[in-house]
Amino acid sequence: MPETGVKSTFSKSTGLPRKRFYRARAHSNPLSDSHFPVPISPSHVDYSIHFPQIFPDSSKKIQFADVGCGFGGLLISLATLFPETLMVGMELRDKVSEYVKERILSLRVANPGQYQNASVVRTNSMKYIPNYFEKGQLSKMFFLFPDPHFKEKNHRRRVISPFLLDEYAYVLGVGGIIYTITDVEELGDWMKSCLENHPLFEALTEKELEADPVVKLLSSATEEGQKVARNEGQTFQAVYRRIVPTEQTS
Amino acid sequence: MEETEAEVAPALIAVHPHRSSVAVAVGYDLRVFDLLAGVGVTLVNDSSSSSSSSSSFHKDSIRAIRFSANGNLFVSAGDDKTLKIWSSISWRCIFTLSSEKRISAVAISNDESCVCFADKFGVVWVVDITGFDANQPLLDKKPTPLLSHYCSIITSLEFSPDDRFILSADRDFKIRVTNFPKKPLDGAHEIQSFCLGHTEFVSSLAFFQAQEYQHHLLSGSGDSTVRLWDVSSGALLDTCDVANKAGLLESNGNGKSEEHGHAVTDLCTTLDGLLVAVAIQGLQGIALLSCNVSAQTLTLAKVVSIEGEAFVPTCLGYAASARELWIVTGVSSLPGCSHPSFARVRVISGIDIEQEAVVLGDDKMPGGEKLLETLQGTASVDENAFLAAAEAVKTAMCNLLIKKQYTSESRESRKKTRNDRKLKQ
Repeated sequence: MPETGVKSTFSKSTGLPRKRFYRARAHSNPLSDSHFPVPISPSHVDYSIHFPQIFPDSSKKIQFADVGCGFGGLLISLATLFPETLMVGMELRDKVSEYVKERILSLRVANPGQYQNASVVRTNSMKYIPNYFEKGQLSKMFFLFPDPHFKEKNHRRRVISPFLLDEYAYVLGVGGIIYTITDVEELGDWMKSCLENHPLFEALTEKELEADPVVKLLSSATEEGQKVARNEGQTFQAVYRRIVPTEQTS
Repeated sequence: MEETEAEVAPALIAVHPHRSSVAVAVGYDLRVFDLLAGVGVTLVNDSSSSSSSSSSFHKDSIRAIRFSANGNLFVSAGDDKTLKIWSSISWRCIFTLSSEKRISAVAISNDESCVCFADKFGVVWVVDITGFDANQPLLDKKPTPLLSHYCSIITSLEFSPDDRFILSADRDFKIRVTNFPKKPLDGAHEIQSFCLGHTEFVSSLAFFQAQEYQHHLLSGSGDSTVRLWDVSSGALLDTCDVANKAGLLESNGNGKSEEHGHAVTDLCTTLDGLLVAVAIQGLQGIALLSCNVSAQTLTLAKVVSIEGEAFVPTCLGYAASARELWIVTGVSSLPGCSHPSFARVRVISGIDIEQEAVVLGDDKMPGGEKLLETLQGTASVDENAFLAAAEAVKTAMCNLLIKKQYTSESRESRKKTRNDRKLKQ
């Protein structure tokens, strides 16, 4: 290897971290006990670490969460599309989250003033969502190309499930939107039916989907999405809004 | 070795809300004493169960017992994946239910319309028992999933006194407050709040019975604190570091600080919540906290020591009418000991602000020797069993509820054998 020194994992031309040095397994066990630090409660999340240019002089809260952000493609696109909104990617694989962290830091250096509103945390969002966000704090949640977990005994590891939707409904404000997309038809059907059957979510209409600039990013912005596009694969998306349930009649 | 330790279950106690009977569970054994008649109760299994010849109704350790608020029902459940609902008048089992997983906690709604139980996978199930008849076995009742903690053991389950919320506490430091729906069979989807602040597993929950404070909650935890919460907002109102305040940390002495040595194992509100009884590992007796809900303070009032024996309670029960605190210590089995199981019951009377609490001697016990024989299995107890039991309970609790900690070296060596670590150089 000719390159030596501290910056060897960064590309010389772009200054961005190079993915080959952050290879990780494609999957991580969400059921295992975690050994990374977890904030005790949302008020313990240190915003000044994540958004040093904005905090401590602001009282803003994180509004977008990209759950299982992977290499951070969507987060990077959203950061410039919504420059005033704080957003965080959540990733369980430590090397991948490390990559996203470096990627954001490099982008901040290369583009002064930009990307200050995006950050990443290494966490198990299936376990610790309530430790990061208060009730109704989020306005958008993203679940892009999640692990399909085909076996029925592993369905409980899926990141969209009827029970976990209760927690997502808790952190999403009324009117908040949950975006899901996958290239696995079986999982697409699963996610859609979970959301469809949940009393706190309703589907966006075709018109609303077309008007939403974020919907287009779902398949184009992420590394996984680009891979699917290259292979001319199909994608299946489900976009739902958090609603107040219609009063139960009994 | 570790396997057998993990299987040890602490002894449990439950006092009938009108103090007509007391139940103790040790291992698979369920023992009930009728305080009004002064005799031990013979439990009767329901006809649907085939093994009527066997004297034990549970096949493995019982992990949860409780009376309903009105005292008409009693439930028991545990590691044998079986939940039994008993009429606490006839002591006939009116319903036996099989769960897919081991059951770790149970709750009965205050209107006695629903029984909820939590399994080891973190799923809370609900059984609708509306219109039950104490003389008629319930038939064809299937449990429906109500809510779920993501693969975390649920340690405690409680209904708020007005049945508006169902609370579930888990080993991941969380207390979840969920709106209990009008149609529970459709699931409970609306989360009211999360009570976050504990830094170890949450072991026990207790509500105040007083009308104006029925949305206030107390919780005990492996972090050796008791905390006061407002459940509608999830706000932490006060924290009492019981181990510290009760002087447990100093008495440990000689520089050896034991981790997880003083987990709060159980708590119980008395006098409508003015005093809170706390069982904490390492304390031979109980701590009484005085709680002022309107001022939002929780302070240690006194420690009631139990003289003469190394009695570290595993479970507490309160008889409001007699102002008695019923306490039990014991385990389902003592490793390396001839005793198959061990249980010891004591009563502390005079639970009051003014009065001095008195630990009753065996001759002063309500129900006398007969009660001790029924609940303990024997009137006299082996003094050597106490410490072994306390140690076994502590180890079992740690194994079950505390995350395994690996040294950085062992984690490094694990990582080295992972093939995704190999960087192309």
